[in-house]
Order: sequence, then structure tokens, then C-alpha cells
Amino acid sequence: MYLQMGWRNIWRNPRRTIVIMTAVIIGVWAMIFLGALMRGISEQMVRNGITTLTGHIQVHHRGFRKDPVIENSIDKPEVVEAALSKILPQDARWTTRVRVDAIASNARHSGGATLVGIDPEREAEISFIGQAVTEGAYLKTGDTYGIIVGQALADKFETKLGRKLVMMSQDTKGDIASRAFRITGIFRAEMEATEKQFVFVTTGAARKMLKLGNEASEVSILLTDYKESDEVADALRGVLPSESYDVETWRELLPLVTAVLKIYDWFIYLWFLIIFIAMGFGIVNTILMAVFERIREFGLLKALGMKPWWIVKEVLAESFFLLILGMVVGNALGFLSIFALTDTGIDLSALSEGLEFAGMSRVIYPFVLITDIVAANLVVLILGLVVSIYPAVKAARFTPVKAMAHT
Amino acid sequence: MNIVECRDVKKIYRQGKVEVHALRGVNLSIQKGGFIALAGPSGSGKTTLLNIIGGLDYANSGSITLDGNIINEMSQSKLANLRLNNIGFVFQAYNLIPVLSALENVEFVMLLQGVPAAERRKRATTILDDVGLKDAYGRRPAELSGGQQQRVAVARAIVSNPLIVLADEPTANLDSKTGEGLMEMMREMNEKKDVTFIFSTHDRMVMDYARRLVYIRDGLVADEQE
Ligand SMILES: Nc1ncnc2c1ncn2[C@@H]1O[C@H](COP(=O)(O)OP(=O)(O)O)[C@@H](O)[C@H]1O
Ligand SMILES: [Mg+2]
Repeated sequence: MYLQMGWRNIWRNPRRTIVIMTAVIIGVWAMIFLGALMRGISEQMVRNGITTLTGHIQVHHRGFRKDPVIENSIDKPEVVEAALSKILPQDARWTTRVRVDAIASNARHSGGATLVGIDPEREAEISFIGQAVTEGAYLKTGDTYGIIVGQALADKFETKLGRKLVMMSQDTKGDIASRAFRITGIFRAEMEATEKQFVFVTTGAARKMLKLGNEASEVSILLTDYKESDEVADALRGVLPSESYDVETWRELLPLVTAVLKIYDWFIYLWFLIIFIAMGFGIVNTILMAVFERIREFGLLKALGMKPWWIVKEVLAESFFLLILGMVVGNALGFLSIFALTDTGIDLSALSEGLEFAGMSRVIYPFVLITDIVAANLVVLILGLVVSIYPAVKAARFTPVKAMAHT
Repeated sequence: MNIVECRDVKKIYRQGKVEVHALRGVNLSIQKGGFIALAGPSGSGKTTLLNIIGGLDYANSGSITLDGNIINEMSQSKLANLRLNNIGFVFQAYNLIPVLSALENVEFVMLLQGVPAAERRKRATTILDDVGLKDAYGRRPAELSGGQQQRVAVARAIVSNPLIVLADEPTANLDSKTGEGLMEMMREMNEKKDVTFIFSTHDRMVMDYARRLVYIRDGLVADEQE
């Protein structure tokens, strides 16, 4: 009967009930929807990081990451390849790259860029570049003069498809190596910085330019499940001696992203708490009002022999219904909003320049983490009931004689 | 055997520096099955006395015994149990829980007592029929007349066969005809079910229904009449 009384009591003042329910609805919606957007941002940061030539695991010659010069190449990629074919799960993908800091120049401009020599077929299965070419064509194995550049770089260099671009770097002997390429494709990336930084040629072309034999700068591995990264990396470390090789997972390769992910976890829970605090005041206020309007009634209940604890339960039942109703609608609206944006996302390209600095994408898509949803609802329900204890105890404290004299 | 025994009961209200001596040493014995009116002008101490007998308030001195139990020494929670199981209350107004129907209001006390649902329902309907509310089971207090509300309150007070029913000016908010009807019904219940009633009033007509009349004046029993 507590539940029945609680339920009927909240409808004695429907206007007030609807106002406070609306507050709960907006609060829960904001927790779920904006929480999902925040998760979407961090999720996409990870994905961007991984597809922008990182992969889940990378193998380098020891020291390459600190000093990415051509001397720090993997001398015998076939050793690594053998290890990979032994250890990697069946459906994992991998590719080798030649990668070197270079200077790009044409008649008008010059500037730094990272020259990446790729195996076009394998690369396409691993990183973004396979799908990123918007003008011209993607590289073909054996192509020795084609180069693919980002849209932003093309704009900066005031160049276009079919034009020449000269790449310059140091070869294995310490001499200047330079080679002219023809732009055969232009790619677009999530982030402008990526478009400006990377230019792609085939491994063959890169090796020829740098006078390399069979060497490679890195091996990048993509697993089907990123959660296996640590396990697989450990297995690889077991067969690739650490004096010669560095095996690292994306968490180590993308330290900034990893740090930001951790911060986001706190952000989201802080966000929940802030919303709850705003909501909590409303809840306490509403229940207090409802209690003070009914001092007489609580006095009557106590006169009839109702124990204080029973009165607390009755008042908590009222707050329980307010919270549950608000939560149901809030969750529904939250999921509707998320659902509405799953395909289109939110386009932030207008703000893109500032956002990119933080490693964010131009378009963000909401991403639902069940633990967030559960946490949001628990925060609202449990803290909601906890703050309602205050008015409930107040109601239970009215003494019958005083309360009955109250008009 | 006396169901209520008051010995030299005193009650002083303090309001800031002012002391109001509401009861100045009341001696009163009430026998089981009685139908007693506490009569007296407004401010004489009737409500105070009923509250103390009913365990709603504490006396400053003296002793109050209810069915052999000294209640002025009981804890709040013991008193709550006593009220729940042994005393029926009828107040002047606002007796009922607004969100519950007449039937639910009567059942409510039994629910707190832990009476099983089927039994509750049976007893509540029977008693509502007895007080003449056969057609009002499902109505909320707001849909009942003042007289009907007081009848529901009486039904609730007697439904669990309490030791005693305390009614503080039960007719004060009713017109005289409705008031008479209520008093007749209470008297009938007193006779039929052997429930002890103590009620307060300053209304002559209501006093006439009493089988014993106790006059209260200035916090003292001034006179008695059988
Ligand atoms: N809570 C209280 N605080 C102070 N004085 C009170 C209080 N309740 C009653 N009184 C005083 O005690 C006296 C008796 O009041 P009461 O028992 O209500 O009389 P009655 O019911 O006969 O009208 C009155 O003078 C009244 O003003
Ligand atoms: Mg009075």
C-alpha cells in the first residue's frame, strides 16, 4: 500500500510532479546522450589514431621510434614475417612499411612531410589510406613514380593531380636522396593534419629512392579484436628479441590518446555528478514542499500508530516513482537522440580547426557504453533516493499533537 | 474493572515564558463498555486529557493506566504500538487519508496491524455496512460528506476492536442533524459491540447521548453525572 499511496500522492499536484519529472527527464537525457557523444569523440579518437598508420601493434627495429632514421630499419623483415605467421591469429592483418622524414617540394613551395612506402594491397586492409583517395587512383604494386598526397598538402603546395612533386631525404649512406614523383591520387582524411603530414608511394619506389635493399621501417598489425592487443604483443615479444625489436601496442604508440581516454572516463562520471547535483536540489525541494503541505496528514498517520520508519518508506515511494518515471522517459529520449544520429553524426567541421588540435574528428557519432547507461541510471536512482531521505525523515519527525494542531 | 485510570494528572504547556496549566490534577476512572462524554467549555482541557489518555502526549505528572498498563512511562515507539493495536481515534476533522478510498482508509490500520488481506477486506466491508456506508466503499474522502467522513473515521476506529475509542469533538464540524445521526450510530456500536467510547463536546445535544457525563473546567474534573 506504500507504493499505492506514493503513486496516488504524486498525482495530487500533477503540475509539480510534471515539472520535477521534466527535470529528471532532461537530466537523464543529458547524461545518456551527451555521455554517448563524449564516448563517441573518444572512440573516434582511438579509431583515428589506429587507422592513421598505427594499427593495434607495431614492430620496429629497436630505437626507431626515438630516432626514426633509415639506419634504424628492420634489417630482415622476413624474420618478423615468420614470427607473425606463427603467432598472429588467423584473421589478423599486417603490412610492412618504409617510412622516413622527407622534404617535399615543387616549383613554388617546399615543406616537411613523412614519406611512407606501402604495399598497396596489404595496406588497404589495415589503414585509412585504402579508402581515402578521392581524386585520381590508389597506388598499384610496382608503381615506381606515383605518389599520393593529402588534399590539404595539395592545396598548400598549389598543386593538383598529374603534377610533379620532388621528395628529398637521406639515404642509407648518409647522402641526399631525391626523386621526382607524379601525383596520381589525392586523399582526404578525418584530420587535416594527416592530409598535410603523409605522402604515400609504393615500398619499391621508396626503397629505390633510399637505396634500401629488403629493409623496412615498421610492421603494422591489425587484429580483429583490439582487446587482444596486449596478449598478442606479449607473444610477439617472446619470439622477437628485445635487443633488436620493439613491439608496442596502440596504447603505447598513442600515449596522448590513451591519456585522453582516461581523462574522459573521469569527465563522464563528473558530468553525471554535476547533472545530478542540479537535479538533486529540485528533487529535495519538491519532496520537501509535498511533505510540508501534508504535515497534518503525517500527524494523523502517526496518531494512528504508524511508525516513523513506515512514513519514511511512504515518502521514499513517492520519490521513487518520480525518479523511475523520469528515468524511463529520459532513457527513451536519450536512446532516440542517439539513434537519430547513428548514421549522420554531428558535423562539427565549422569548428574543426580548433577541435583537431584536440585530436577530434570533423563528424562525431554517439557511442553507447552499457556501463555508462547503467552508471547514469544508478546515479539518478540511488542518489535520488538518498537525497529524498532528508524530507522523508522530516515527515517522520512531526509529532502527532503538534501536526494535528497545524492548519 | 477500570479500563482507564487517571490519578492526579497534570499538564503544563510552556510557550516561551508563559506557562499554561492545561490539566491541574485530573482524577478519573472509566469502566469497560462505557459511553462517556467529557463536557466543558473551550479551553478547559478536554483535548489535552484525551491526547494524554490516548498516548499522543505525555503528562507532566500523575499516572495514567490503560487496561493495567502505566502509559505515562512508555517510550514513543511502545506508545505507537499501543495506539495502533488498542486505541481508536476520531478527530474533529481531517480524519482520513485523502488518497485512500473509504474502504482503504478502514483497511489501512489493519494493514499496519498485519491483518491478512482477505480478512481485512471482510472486516472493513462489514463495519462500513454497520455504520451505514454500504454504497461508499470506493469513494475518496473528498467525495464524502462531512458526516460520512466521520462515520468512516468511527468505522476505522472500531474495526479492530480496540480497548477504547477516543473521539475529540466528533460532531463539531457537523450540522446538528448529522451530528445526532453520528451520535446515534456511535451509541449503537457501543451497545452492539461493547466498545468503550470517550468523547469530548461542549454541545448539549451531544451530552444527552452520554451514559456518563464528566464536566471539565479549568483543567479539573468539576462534576459528574450518570
Ligand atoms: N500546544 C499547546 N501549547 C500551548 N498551550 C496549549 C496547547 N494546547 C492547548 N493549550 C492550552 O491548554 C488549554 C487547554 O486546551 P485544550 O485541551 O485544547 O482545551 P479544549 O480541548 O477543552 O478546548 C487551553 O488554555 C489552551 O490554550
Ligand atoms: Mg479541544
